[in-house]
Amino acid sequence: MRRYSVFAIAREALRWHQGWERAWASPEPRARYDAIIVGAGGHGLATAYYLGKNHGITNVAVIEKGWLGGGNTGRNTTIIRSNYLQDPSAAIYEKARALYESLSQELNYNVMFSPRGLLMLAQTHHEVRGYLRTVHANALQGVQTEFIGPDRVRQLVPIIRLDGPRYPVLGALYQARGGTARHDAVAWGYARACSAMGMHILQNCPVTGVRSEGGRVTGVDTARGFIGCDKLGIVVAGHSGQLAEMAGFRLPVEAVALQALVSEPVKPCMDVVVMANTVHGYMSQSDKGEMVIGGGTDGFNNFTQRGSHQHIEETLRALIETFPMLSRLKMLRQWGGIVDMTGDRSPIIGKTPLGNCFINCGWGTGGFKAIPGSGWAMAELMARGEPGPLAAAFSLDRFREGRFIDESVAAGVAH
Amino acid sequence: MLILTCPYCGIAAEETELAPGGEAHLKRSGPGSSDQAFEDYLFARTNPKGVHFERWRHVYGCGRWFLAARCTATLEVFGTYPAQTPAPPEDILQKIRARRPGWERPA
Repeated sequence: MRRYSVFAIAREALRWHQGWERAWASPEPRARYDAIIVGAGGHGLATAYYLGKNHGITNVAVIEKGWLGGGNTGRNTTIIRSNYLQDPSAAIYEKARALYESLSQELNYNVMFSPRGLLMLAQTHHEVRGYLRTVHANALQGVQTEFIGPDRVRQLVPIIRLDGPRYPVLGALYQARGGTARHDAVAWGYARACSAMGMHILQNCPVTGVRSEGGRVTGVDTARGFIGCDKLGIVVAGHSGQLAEMAGFRLPVEAVALQALVSEPVKPCMDVVVMANTVHGYMSQSDKGEMVIGGGTDGFNNFTQRGSHQHIEETLRALIETFPMLSRLKMLRQWGGIVDMTGDRSPIIGKTPLGNCFINCGWGTGGFKAIPGSGWAMAELMARGEPGPLAAAFSLDRFREGRFIDESVAAGVAH
Repeated sequence: MLILTCPYCGIAAEETELAPGGEAHLKRSGPGSSDQAFEDYLFARTNPKGVHFERWRHVYGCGRWFLAARCTATLEVFGTYPAQTPAPPEDILQKIRARRPGWERPA
């Protein structure tokens, strides 16, 4: 892999940009690999990357049914934060956020991490108390957050209306090092680094079956034939249940549609991320000037990658009260992704009933922010066969044992 | 927009008039059941990409619960029936088989 640098740009400028190499290779699959990861989204590619970097396992294939980063990695609102209430959540999301800080340098690929600051508005007294509790929990967890009053909110977000008739802004949970990153670049950066380590990324190659022998996984059937492996990692988000079925077990997961939308581009007007959980909406401004808006999920099982129209209307109707300027904006495009929701709204990273088969799923509506931490934890699990400290609490058997990591109470919708 | 016909009042209700209630025909587990049975009842879901039997409530109408057979991959609705039905009725199963040859209800 030739490194990207200012000298590379200068060199290529002198020869009409003829010398840029492809960011990742598209090789023919080998007959078998030490590890196969199903799903070349952010989480799958990050898992492969840390398998190579932290554990020296580079005979790895990442198999993707579509194109890499084409699922939820390319469909989210790019928000990064770690202000979670529960300790296991705060640990893995803060690990991810910390890795994002230096990810561009590490991958030699600009993921445009922008720690612009993130506010979660408190618009009811209940929320004020809830966020004060989160701030204290974060202090104990080593996550830097603070509770700020309405005056400070106004300073940070000049376009906000503090005294809305239904939900006045009473304060906010502020994480100064939260922010956004370029979602596609995260997948592309990891893919390039994986390819440089000699790993294979097999796109347009759906997995159609999981083979096992004596209770241990032996490989996967794909559109390009059988591919053998010692270890299998299932990291596919929306279709986790389908992959689990191929591997012969069930998951406590349901797939629902989550939508987001962007407005027409406008001049810079908001340089932080604002989440308003009471009214189910969150917003940031992209580098292109579009207001990026996310809302709640549909309540019913859905694999169509599009959501119900009234949810967009609900989200905007609610946000207009807090951001009156939105009422004059035209909305440019809308899209949906399939997210897999668990019973306690926390992810699953753990062993499965099938030997040497591991699963990473259930990130629900908040997977993008976790990509580096999730990959780190999943790689540790796959390399050692046992979960490390980051993943231990997120095991699949927690639902039977009642060890929930209940973020549905702590975070409401925008989680 | 998803439109389901309420089997009680016969109204073709739009999605905004209804509230979804998750998978139907779950086997309830009570006191004395094993941890595994409780996990299955509380958390394990079929979550099919295809035919799904589910609970809905006609919230902004008659207010009653009913069941629906719907495809999660295409949003096609095969029919609705009253909530007191312990298993999907034969006429709904026939409609599904006509539209999805080879389909079988998962155990």
